[in-house]
Amino acid sequence: MATQALRADYHGDGKDTEDKFHGAILVYINWDKHLFFYSAKAFPLDPNMPFAAVLEHVIGTHFCQHPEYKNINWDTVEWTLNNEPFMPVMEKSLAENGFDHKCLLRFKTAETSSFEAAGI
Amino acid sequence: MSAKKLNLKDKYRLLTRDLDWDFSYEDRKDAFPFEEFEGIKITDWDKWEDPFRLTMDAYWKYQAEKEKKLYAIYDAFSQNNGHLNVSDARYVNAIKIFLTAVSPGELAAHSGFAFTGRQMGGIGARIAAQMQSIDELRHIQTQIHAMSHYNKFFDGFDEFSHMHDRVWYISVVKSFFDDARSAGPFEFMVAIGFSFEYVLTNLLFVPFMSGAAYNGDMATVTFGFSAQSDEARHMTLGLEIIKFLLEQHEDNVPIVQKWIDKWLWRGYRILTVVAMMMDYMLPQKVMSWKEAWELYFEQAGGALFKDLERYGIKMPDYTDLIKAEKEHLSHQAWWTFYTNSQATAFHTWIPSDEELDWLSEKYPESFDKYYRPRWELAKEMAEKGERYYNEGLPQLCQTCQIPMIYTDVQNDPRDIVYRSTKYQGERFHFCSDQCQHIFENEPEKYVHAWLPVHQIFQGNCGGPGGLEKVMDYYKLDVGKANMDYVGSPDEERWKNWKGVA
Repeated sequence: MATQALRADYHGDGKDTEDKFHGAILVYINWDKHLFFYSAKAFPLDPNMPFAAVLEHVIGTHFCQHPEYKNINWDTVEWTLNNEPFMPVMEKSLAENGFDHKCLLRFKTAETSSFEAAGI
Repeated sequence: MSAKKLNLKDKYRLLTRDLDWDFSYEDRKDAFPFEEFEGIKITDWDKWEDPFRLTMDAYWKYQAEKEKKLYAIYDAFSQNNGHLNVSDARYVNAIKIFLTAVSPGELAAHSGFAFTGRQMGGIGARIAAQMQSIDELRHIQTQIHAMSHYNKFFDGFDEFSHMHDRVWYISVVKSFFDDARSAGPFEFMVAIGFSFEYVLTNLLFVPFMSGAAYNGDMATVTFGFSAQSDEARHMTLGLEIIKFLLEQHEDNVPIVQKWIDKWLWRGYRILTVVAMMMDYMLPQKVMSWKEAWELYFEQAGGALFKDLERYGIKMPDYTDLIKAEKEHLSHQAWWTFYTNSQATAFHTWIPSDEELDWLSEKYPESFDKYYRPRWELAKEMAEKGERYYNEGLPQLCQTCQIPMIYTDVQNDPRDIVYRSTKYQGERFHFCSDQCQHIFENEPEKYVHAWLPVHQIFQGNCGGPGGLEKVMDYYKLDVGKANMDYVGSPDEERWKNWKGVA
């Protein structure tokens, strides 16, 4: 549906189109069922960055405050990209892994800690 | 011959309806260019019933009397160091939120009603909207004055007007009013006049004012009393506009329904902050958010929508979701601000043990299971000297601009709700089906949204160079106006005044 507007030529110029981020794409990342972090986090990332670097330098520095972070077994982590199952290739870039502007990356870890029931 | 004194009826007619004029050489449509594009059909403005029954001269007289009384009390409050009588200095953070987030909304409402007070074709409706416009201007002024005394003694008040256009969570309220003001006159009236001022006012205004009363804040509560008769008038205007639009033409019904669905949702999302204020920020609690929602919306709102049924208007279909969210809303919000209070203009704290017990009692379905453990963990971390502040910036909802904190309360409250849609090849994210539908109805409008997080990344909030630059851009006095209440200059001063170590 279109906006009921006074002028027939009313239109929006997107405030967040890819060209406005100085070569970066926006990537949102969430650790599912860990509401210690109240929402997914947003990052402007270079699409040429290898996924392994994202894991180490982005996820590693922004989710490590959680007391259970160090116990994550990354071999068993389940990933989704834009809510579809996804298997990242570590040495390939974000672009090669299919990341695009304003994509949502989520990861799910298997845990048995006391935080699980509360979703912390 | 001396002029005959007008009887009340004539005076009323002359000073309201008779202020209109006929257009003899201009087309009336050119004088009211906004009246038709929304699709609303008005067949007879004479059917408008003046909700206020008030002439302009009487209006000025009443308002002046109220002002006089109000400012006498402000003076007394100030001279007697009224700030020392609040329940606890933590309370003052609730009115910091009021001043930074709610008061600018009064100014926006003033501007919006000035617009409808010019653009609606009926003189009765125009005069009512003009009076409300002046009321709203009065409200922001008297609120600023009510709080100016606190500004002398507490951090976080002084840059409220600068912050309004910039700070991440204040953008939520700003965008709400910008959305309403950039709509046509009838949508604005349904948005602010009806949905906000009539249906939701008891959940916004009343909690702050009764919070003030319970917590010894004489200035704010006196403002509340002074505004009460204005608010009562605003409610009658809100109700009149709905009835008038629905009675004018049956084609108006689906349009009005769409606006009610949109604006009750948008208003409800804003109330997240009120829920948090009621449950976490008042040292002396009035009632829980859940109780307030039940009383003011489920009961009072339920009766209203029963009345509107005969026009074909239905209660929005998301009220079951809100019912389920009431167990979670305040806890999710306070956690967000607590873990992000390095970037707020107020202080946060971990609830005391007594407060945790109160929350457990008020929220038996959710608190012990999901939220108490978070506070226990936060406490444990703080005691180890590792007070937890969240790193990085949140993902925001494109429509309501609130961080994507809302969870799937009807299925698994541990899962965040993710909704998205593509428009012109770009992906947009939403916190709920409702925010997604609002976007999809008017995508051209919401792609303009100034989302604070994205603006920071684009370098538009102080330029590149990290969060320190952003805090300067906000004029946020880091370490003074924000972070923990415990150990803050506010707390230190309070203890000095009260003579406690």
